[in-house]
Amino acid sequence: MFDYHAIAPELIIGVTLLLVIGVDLLAPPGRKYLAGVVGLVGLVAAAFPLLTMAACSDLAGCTDTGVRAMFDGSYVVDDFALVLKGLFLLTGVISLLLSVGYIEKDRYYEGEFYFLLVASVAGAVIMASARDLITLFIGLELVSGPAFLLAGWRKGDVRSNEAALKFFLMGVLSAAILLFGMSLVYGLTGEITFSGIRAGSAVVADEPAFILGVVFILVGFAFKISAVPFHFWAPDTYQGAPTPVAAYLSVGSKVAGFVGLISISYLAFGGVAEIWGPILWLLAAVTMTLGNLVALKQTNVIRMLGYSSVAHAGFVLVPFAMAATFDSAGMEEAIFASITYLLIYAFMNLGAFGAVMAAVSKSGSGELPDWGGLGRYAPGVAGFLGLFFFSLAGIPPLAGWFAKFVMFKAVLQASGSVWGVTLAVIAAVNAVIALFYYARVVKTVFMDDVPETAPVDEAARTPLSPSLALALGLTAFMVVVTGFFPQLLAFFGDAARALTLGP
Amino acid sequence: MTVTPGWYMALAAVLFTIGASGILLRRNALVMFMSVELMLNAVNLTFVAAGRNLNVLDGQVSVFFVMVVAAAEVVVGLAIIVAVFRRRQTASVDELSEMRG
Repeated sequence: MFDYHAIAPELIIGVTLLLVIGVDLLAPPGRKYLAGVVGLVGLVAAAFPLLTMAACSDLAGCTDTGVRAMFDGSYVVDDFALVLKGLFLLTGVISLLLSVGYIEKDRYYEGEFYFLLVASVAGAVIMASARDLITLFIGLELVSGPAFLLAGWRKGDVRSNEAALKFFLMGVLSAAILLFGMSLVYGLTGEITFSGIRAGSAVVADEPAFILGVVFILVGFAFKISAVPFHFWAPDTYQGAPTPVAAYLSVGSKVAGFVGLISISYLAFGGVAEIWGPILWLLAAVTMTLGNLVALKQTNVIRMLGYSSVAHAGFVLVPFAMAATFDSAGMEEAIFASITYLLIYAFMNLGAFGAVMAAVSKSGSGELPDWGGLGRYAPGVAGFLGLFFFSLAGIPPLAGWFAKFVMFKAVLQASGSVWGVTLAVIAAVNAVIALFYYARVVKTVFMDDVPETAPVDEAARTPLSPSLALALGLTAFMVVVTGFFPQLLAFFGDAARALTLGP
Repeated sequence: MTVTPGWYMALAAVLFTIGASGILLRRNALVMFMSVELMLNAVNLTFVAAGRNLNVLDGQVSVFFVMVVAAAEVVVGLAIIVAVFRRRQTASVDELSEMRG
């Protein structure tokens, strides 16, 4: 039976995409923002079936187990998928809010921009449910394909071109590596569904070609989540791309990569954790350290956020690093920790990019030294900057501390393991290094003098665009409230433990 | 001598390596992009050989998806390369180094 309820979010996004193109065609010049509004409404509407599905087990006359499988188990909607789909839709909404004012002001092609952004969100939504290699790959490419174009949206700008070309070449290279891994795994197990690979993996676990396939798949995803040493595209792309696109890439596209990585390694390769566990350990340690150390010497704030998001990818990997020693309860704990981290990271990083956009429009520059005295002539924007940057650093009572807390808890649960403790120590040292460069931004903004070149008089009085203010308010609310009541997002992270192969 | 699936796998591995070397060694964006296509074709060969060997159609079906995605990537990639070329009159990636550090 075809379950229209379960696939309703994807169908609604599909209709929304057509409407966005239609509205863009009909709207007169100057009113193209209507296409963005349609995309926004569509993404919000797509979240309603998620709520009804989540509530379904409590409703009378609704008899499902909370896990809905379609297409022979290739497409599964479980609680993990519901939580992540909700996060992707919300990321899409906030990215659209960040974009509307930015794109309108600089007279780029507007309708197409919103279309591509919503299309990329659709790919992420599909990835959360993918339970076979082909669906996973198609979802991943649907996330990346539109994102390549969005990164190069400022066609006349050399940096935007460079951002798009680097992102594109690295993106297709990683896709090819990922696919080669998939074809090897398929060739040895004879299955493309995660359940089939899991069943067949025990027999071939010692085959070099199978191990090579698993490693190639990990490398493919490592590019997507910008883990060191596959991160070098990320800072360049974030810096050159339009800032709202960089915000989307650092959250939507990166979380989609993590969803693919977590679901394939837990579901398909759950029986051979001794192959991929140590690799993730190494990736996590190197990614955290290098990301944070290079971020220290950046002067461009968006580039610094690029390296900071590389470092955060390392933190998210930490709970999985000890996977080889975990039992199934331990794996669930790792999923809980990583997803909770990603949920919190999504809000604070989108907020941080929004605050940086506001600060750039006030100070007229993206270089940190030019931001001196921002706290005096734009106290609101400076306040948001402080809020999000301290949250990224993990300072209580802002949401970031809880993300770090569950991460440490999950990796230390393998008590007595030297490797687990070592990684926790590396993560702790990194948290301190990170505090240094986040705090440096806040110090410049509040304590330094206004530089001679700052265009204080006119720009400071221009109010923020309403959509940017709304996005900032929304993310700031989540960051502050989650900091005081971590249960708000931990509840969803907890629900995401139900990552299943099907009913 | 019969051609066993192992030979196809070996050929695919060689093609993949040639493609990967092309990415690393060549500096023209178009040639790098062609190298990626070579890698994707190595993937296709592996999928088909494995599917034929196992007698299940999943592999052949996967190839169709890979080809469609590769075609979509050509559209996106050529658009970006043309945009770069219009701005700078070159498609060499060594010239694209505005951002460093």
